[in-house]
Order: sequence, then C-alpha cells, then structure tokens
Amino acid sequence: MRPMSDAPSDAVNDSAADTIRIASGQGFWGDDLDAPVRQVEGGPIDYLMLDYLAEVTMSIMQKQRDRDPGAGYARDFIPLMERIFPACVERDIRVVTNAGGVNPEGCAAALVEAGKRAGVAGRARVGRVEGDDILDRLEDLIADGHALTNMETGDPLESVLDRVRSANVYIGAEPIVEALGQGAHVIVTGRSTDTALTYAPMMHAFGWTRDDHDRIATGVVAGHINECGAQSTGGNCLIDWWNAPDMANVGFPIVEASPDGTFVVTKHPGTGGRVTRQTIAEQILYEMGDPSEYITPDVVADFTTIDVEEIGENRVRISGITGGPRTDFLKVSIAYSDGWKATGTLTYAWPDAAQKARAAAKILRQRLDRLGLEFDAVRTELVGWDSTHGQLVGEPPADLPEVQLRVGVRGKDRAAVERFTREIAPLILTGPPSVTGFAGGRPRVQEIMAYWPALLRREVVEPHLSVHVEEV
Amino acid sequence: MSVDVPTGAANAHEANAAGTVPLQLVHLAHARSGDKGDTANVGLIAYDPDHFDLLREQVTAERVKAHFGEMVEGEVERFELPNLGALNFLLHGALDGGGTISLMNDAQGKVFSTALLRMEIDVPADVVETVADRGRVPEGWSVEDYG
Repeated sequence: MRPMSDAPSDAVNDSAADTIRIASGQGFWGDDLDAPVRQVEGGPIDYLMLDYLAEVTMSIMQKQRDRDPGAGYARDFIPLMERIFPACVERDIRVVTNAGGVNPEGCAAALVEAGKRAGVAGRARVGRVEGDDILDRLEDLIADGHALTNMETGDPLESVLDRVRSANVYIGAEPIVEALGQGAHVIVTGRSTDTALTYAPMMHAFGWTRDDHDRIATGVVAGHINECGAQSTGGNCLIDWWNAPDMANVGFPIVEASPDGTFVVTKHPGTGGRVTRQTIAEQILYEMGDPSEYITPDVVADFTTIDVEEIGENRVRISGITGGPRTDFLKVSIAYSDGWKATGTLTYAWPDAAQKARAAAKILRQRLDRLGLEFDAVRTELVGWDSTHGQLVGEPPADLPEVQLRVGVRGKDRAAVERFTREIAPLILTGPPSVTGFAGGRPRVQEIMAYWPALLRREVVEPHLSVHVEEV
Repeated sequence: MSVDVPTGAANAHEANAAGTVPLQLVHLAHARSGDKGDTANVGLIAYDPDHFDLLREQVTAERVKAHFGEMVEGEVERFELPNLGALNFLLHGALDGGGTISLMNDAQGKVFSTALLRMEIDVPADVVETVADRGRVPEGWSVEDYG
C-alpha cells in the first residue's frame, strides 16, 4: 500500500521529505482536553496523533453503542476537531487517531458535520479505517476452527462466548498509510495499535515499506514514547520530580522523525515539563514486556540495542533500534462480562486508627458470612498505610493519625454484591468508634469486564479491513 | 514507623568486612511500572550508568520475588536493557486478576515501581556517600519551590 502521490494536499509529504514532526495530543480517553490545541498552536507540527483507547475502553464504548447505535467512539474528539480543524487544514497538519473506538463510521460522520460547522467544507477529507471489529464474526470464526484460545489460561473462547461484549483485532499502520495516501486530513480508526498512530505517518512520508524492519521498529519506539502523552515529558516521572518545571503548562511530546529511521523527542518552546534521557528511559520501560521482542502488527521490535542521547535542551535523540519481520498472527482484544464488584470505604481517626479499621473489617466479614453471601474474593486494604505497598510496610503504628478502610468484593451473584453495598453504612453506628467519611453514599455495583487476550491468523482479518475517504 | 527506618545512607559508618552497607534502591535508581492483564511490570533505571552492574548483580528475579513475597503470586521474570542502564521485571499474578477484575487500590500496578525501590542491596561504602541524597525530596524543600 504505497502512498498515492496525486492527492491534492499530499505535496509536502512525499518520500523526499526531510524530517516530519509528529505531535502527541492525547494519552488516553480522559487526558488533558486542551493538549491537542496547544500542540497545534504552540509551534510547527506536521501530524497530530491522539490515542484514546485502552483495553477496557472498547467494552465501555460497546456498551454505549448498545444503548445508542450512533455512539461508541470518543465523543470528546468531535468538539476538539471543531476547534482545531481550520488550523489543521490551513497548515496541512494531518490528524491520526483511534478515537473511532467500536464505531469509526459514526465517528467519521460526526467529524464531517463538525468540519462543516468549522468552515472547512470543500477543503478537507476525512478518512476512516474499518474491519477491526470482529464481534459479529466470532461464531463463524469459531466454526471455522479459530478457537481464539485465551493466551493466559489456554481456554477456548467458546467457554465465555455468550458473555462477550466486544472483540477487536489490533491492526497496524497499513490502512492508515493508505488513507494518508488518499489525502485524508483526519484519519479515524478503531483498534489500531497505539504505536501505529505515530509510525504510520513515517511510513507514508518516507515511503517505507513493510520490509523496512529496522526503521519501522524505530517508529514503534517513537510511538511508545508518544502514546502516553506527557508521561514522556515529565508527567508521572519519578526522577527528581520536585524539580520538574511548570508542570501546569506541561508540553506534550513531539517526535521529529528522519527518513533514516532515527528520531528526536522534543516539545514546544515555552512549555513546562522536560525531555531528558531519563524521562524518556522511564517511558520506554512503561508497560514493557520482553524488550527484545516487542510484537506489533507490522514488525517485531528489539529495544535492547537502543541509543538514547541528549543533544540539546529538551532534545533527546533515539537510534540503534532493530526489527524483525511481522508475525503471521494479530492480537485480539476481547472483553467479556465476568460478574460484579463493589468497593466501599470508611475513615477511622486517631488513636489506634488502623486497629479500629481492621476491627470494622472483621465485623463486616462476619456479617457477610451470617447473611450467607458468597463472593469469589473479599479484599481489605488500609488506604494511608498498606493499599499500595502491601506487606512491605509492616505493621501500622498506634499513632497513625487516620486511615481509610477500603473493602472490596467480587462475585457472580449481583444480588450478593448489591447487599454488600448496604452493609458499609451500618458500621458507622454499629462498629468501632471515631469513624467518618461516608458522605459519598453507598458504593456502586460495577459489572466486571474481563479481558481475553487471543491471537488470530492475519489472513482471516486483513481482507476485511477497509479504508474510506470522504470530502467534508 | 517502619516505612521510615534509617536507610543505608544513615548507617554508612556500619560498613561490614567487605566494605559494603545495605542501601535502599531508591538512592540508586528510579523506576516506572504499569500493567498487562494480571502482570505488573517494573522498569528499574540506574541514576548513574556506573551503578548498573550493582543492580544487575544483586537485583535478581529471585531477590525481587522474595522482596514482594505474597504480593506476587506467580513468577518474576527479568530482562536487561544495558543501553538504558535498566532492568525490566515482570511480576506475574500481582494484580488480583488485573484490569476491572481487581479489587486492589493499585489495580493497574502503577506504584509497584516505588515498592521495588524499598529493597536493599549491598553497596560499597564509598558509593553510598555519593548517592545518599539521591531519590528523595531535598531537605528544606517545600511546595513553594515547586513549578
């Protein structure tokens, strides 16, 4: 899928392009709403990538679509584009996003309307990628011998099929590259990998093919750095965190990619945060598995030969990445309903705060037993003492000023979980003293959406992928 | 409080016969953690590349498994990234099922990073003196200084 060179707005991004600047504007659905605007307005960029998806997000979006067939995508994306669409068209900034969720078609339709409202009618093209959603194909796939075995447990998907809520294949960069080649200004996908949103523009602009393993692997690292937004530029960064400058105005990362497959990470001038060898190193390790075998739909990247070099203030150069050919399989993200849970909290004060909290938890468990309620798990934590570092912190001191008791239950019986939520408040008058903090009311019962990782042969998926580009 | 027991830095004068003292990793490395299903990962990065070998020799998968005890039900795997002066650990079965199943406050393993930094390793006494001030907010710092 080589980029087409005759698209009207494609002239600056041909394979002779020098460097391209790919800005990160969103690290998850719920990230800083104004960050993409700052990326567009704060200095020159060529591409804006926006990552909205996480494993659990797809099932939430599917639930929204079940209620409203027009929903099922990241709704925040539409008003955002209405704000930045004119600037993106005028300055030829291409936007690549997986905001489409489980409904790229609905997202693209809303985007076209937003473009009209923003005054770019006749000047902009919207592209969308479809075919990653295999929810409606699961029965046929299983009948054809694709067991979609759980990669962790080895169980066949059939065992939970009636409870599956969403099923999407992680797809790579090639459909995005095709949409860019067709001159799309904005490309909306479903479950494209987070990293593909960053390296697809490189493949497009530099004319890389799927055999350019080392270059694409470098693009994967760039994508890994971009996909969590400000977590590369000082946010959630442990090293000397107290020195991080002007985090209220933190700059999101920008990748300056070169045709040779190296890149520089930076951020706009005048923004807060920082880009150093160490902020980048922390992000490279985030959610890392085997660093010599980072599997994506387009390449298997090896991070272990990486060179990270500070070449200026807030400028870090990355090189040395190698890659190997893509595998015959694509990963599938399946969410299925797996019971119910609820978590309740109460606050206990000095003296002997932790001892009171534990006594309350004991009473609560005795009452749950007496009611004959059965759960798959009951968990007690003391927020302010051991809820993050567990037994590593030892026994709490009697002079602990306060502690929050946090009790959670999960089980298959919704009624039992519901009843648990009614057993927290009574502890205020029927349990240990010096208790407060129940202003939030009863805990909410939540449906558990469990994650089912599986593999599917590439050739079963790829013929179903399609790219659509339309005028605003 | 047991969380604030003096670290090796405060015990620098108590070097043993080998000339080493126990020191918490927080003074030698920074870290970031995340999740993949029921597995937490912790990336451990030496502040000073010269100290990477100390980490590589002593922060083994076995030691990390023992450090976390019942917090990690499954195995611990370790991978090396020498060019970053870093080790990556996978803590299997650490997240009570992970994702939306987990009842943990830290269901996504976000702060297993600093939990690992509590671990102590044996560090040459002369190194301890140079790193004792690393990893914690400097004395006298206040939030007035932030931003």
